[in-house]
Amino acid sequence: MTRRVGIVSFAQVTSPCERRRNEVELVIPVVQEAVAASGIPRAEIGFTCSGSCDYLYGGPFAFVSGLDAVGAWPPIRESHVEADAAWALYEAWLVIRSGEVDSALVYGFGKPSTTDAAEVLGLQADPYTVAPLWPSATDLAALAASAAIAAGVLDERDMAEAAAAARRAGLTNPHAVVGEDVTADELLARPVTHPPLRDADLAPVTDGSVAVVLAAEELARKVCDAPVWITGIAHRVDTPSLGARDLTDVPSARAAAVAAGVGDGPVEVAELAATHSHEVVLLRRALGLGPEVAVNPSGGALVANPVVSTGLIRIGEAAAGIRAGQARRAVAHAASGPALQQNLVCVLEGD
Amino acid sequence: MTATSDPAADAPLVEHHVLEYPGGYTRSLGPALSAFFTGLRDGRLVGARTPDGRVVVPPAEYDPHTGAAVEEWVEVGPAGTVTAWTWVARPKPGKHHLDRPFAFALIRPDGADTALLGVVDAPSPDVMAVGMRVGPRWARARHGTVRDLEAWVPLEAGARPEPAPPDEAPEAADEPVTRIVCPIRLDYEINAGVATSRYLRGLAQRRIIGQRARDAQHVYVPPRGSDPMTGAPTEIEVEVAQTGTVTTFCITNIPGLSELAPPIPYVTAQVLLDGAATPWFGLVTGCAPEEVRMGMRVRAVWADEPAPDARTLIGFEPTGEPDAPYETWKDYA
Repeated sequence: MTRRVGIVSFAQVTSPCERRRNEVELVIPVVQEAVAASGIPRAEIGFTCSGSCDYLYGGPFAFVSGLDAVGAWPPIRESHVEADAAWALYEAWLVIRSGEVDSALVYGFGKPSTTDAAEVLGLQADPYTVAPLWPSATDLAALAASAAIAAGVLDERDMAEAAAAARRAGLTNPHAVVGEDVTADELLARPVTHPPLRDADLAPVTDGSVAVVLAAEELARKVCDAPVWITGIAHRVDTPSLGARDLTDVPSARAAAVAAGVGDGPVEVAELAATHSHEVVLLRRALGLGPEVAVNPSGGALVANPVVSTGLIRIGEAAAGIRAGQARRAVAHAASGPALQQNLVCVLEGD
Repeated sequence: MTATSDPAADAPLVEHHVLEYPGGYTRSLGPALSAFFTGLRDGRLVGARTPDGRVVVPPAEYDPHTGAAVEEWVEVGPAGTVTAWTWVARPKPGKHHLDRPFAFALIRPDGADTALLGVVDAPSPDVMAVGMRVGPRWARARHGTVRDLEAWVPLEAGARPEPAPPDEAPEAADEPVTRIVCPIRLDYEINAGVATSRYLRGLAQRRIIGQRARDAQHVYVPPRGSDPMTGAPTEIEVEVAQTGTVTTFCITNIPGLSELAPPIPYVTAQVLLDGAATPWFGLVTGCAPEEVRMGMRVRAVWADEPAPDARTLIGFEPTGEPDAPYETWKDYA
């Protein structure tokens, strides 16, 4: 059975450093808000799927504690991914497409501020020859930027332009934890902290959570005035062998974009989970987005990066842009693994 | 039911938490990485030749691009070329190899078609550049770990790297390296959250605080901020009784691995506190293990010096009342 799947609601919470609530307490409000806005009673939502990260949480089975916040009685049909919740949305999309359920709740949550998140995420690298050297995720991204600059694929000004655009967009995004009226020239005058990256080239530490409710077309039309349709979604992964990858390109994002059908129609808005400014440039190219595409009108991950929620928030923001009439067709992207190893691309369309 | 005007009393409790595996993770290497780590111990860099003739280092069991099996190991380097670099201004003690600022670099050894991650012991970021030549500096005592290649060092134009010195490691070193140990240590500042902090602060006053959602009957102890049946926020605080009923229990006769484990034999039980909807898990004390039974009535046992800490509520002891009727606790056993 193939049937269309629509996004009927979306909610997010972000904070630069959440001092009151724990991880689960961050999930409660977004799930309450997204379920209420969906118009589908909680007990009737057929599938629940989350994205979380045990190393970020500091203990095993982070997803189990998250279930306290979603209402799991009578027993629900549930699954989870140890990745960005965008991959949980992919799983939910498949289950709805299969015809087994008509709706799904997808959520992600994490508090990177409780630890050195860049160090934790560096442990995603090969555990034999790379992780024992303790490179952080920032170090690994900086290596990709260094390789791209050396290859002439981009330069520091391209990165500063992307960072400045994000920070300016952050001023009008209520969920951004960074916002600044700044130019690329002003950023280039600031110190290089992780060569070739400056602090503004890095996503800020952000705690947060996100929830999205999906529904099959018939139900989506019944409960929602303007569902946003997922018309293409695919994910691909590059080799875990860091030194064997072409870090001047993002081959897996390129392949995912083709599989999701990004080029099959005009794109007006793209939300990219680029957590380093050079990744905006690399992804823009890999996804085949021309200068006419508004990239990251929310500011993207460079102004709010709640790890494991960031990618699903991109999908939610792109859908919100369509619902607000800013676009008819939009692209959202999520990433996982060191230096954009794994990429998910989603095409969204309004009626 | 409790209300406080002291904002500090509402601040969540934060505790330092270390995630560490004693002795580290032991990893089996398989043929390709065994060749690589055995090479490091012997002061050589080993890669693999893929069926199409490319040389990948570190060696893979399968071609990273095609998945074809790889069975031929080849020596590469020892000199190499930097293909990307960044600078680490603040090394982390106990994690990074060097205790002074250094560069991380991707280095393509001569004769290889891929790069590997390395630590470059350079005097400053000013000497680092893509295309620069580097060579390995080998540890004097080598044990078959990534630290056998202590660091890469910049090479003058045309210079050749120093060969590895004779291995000074005390252990016999003629067997292949088949395992490595990877220590992992991560530090966290764990925030108990609003609901759990209220519970722990209640314990410090020898009170047991639960929560329930609006328009709901079930009181949860310890509270987690939401009703797990519905997900609704539990905004209403309820102090529950310090007496309850054992719904199920276990007598342990095997010594615990943790130093926190009590001396054997000891009894753990689920105790349904009067007024609560979920059983509390913990110790039963104050009677012989064989006297503990389902339905037994018990009361809280407190530490002498109460603190906002779960260990303040030590456990439960018998009250001596008649056992609770089965009907009152059967749904919780």
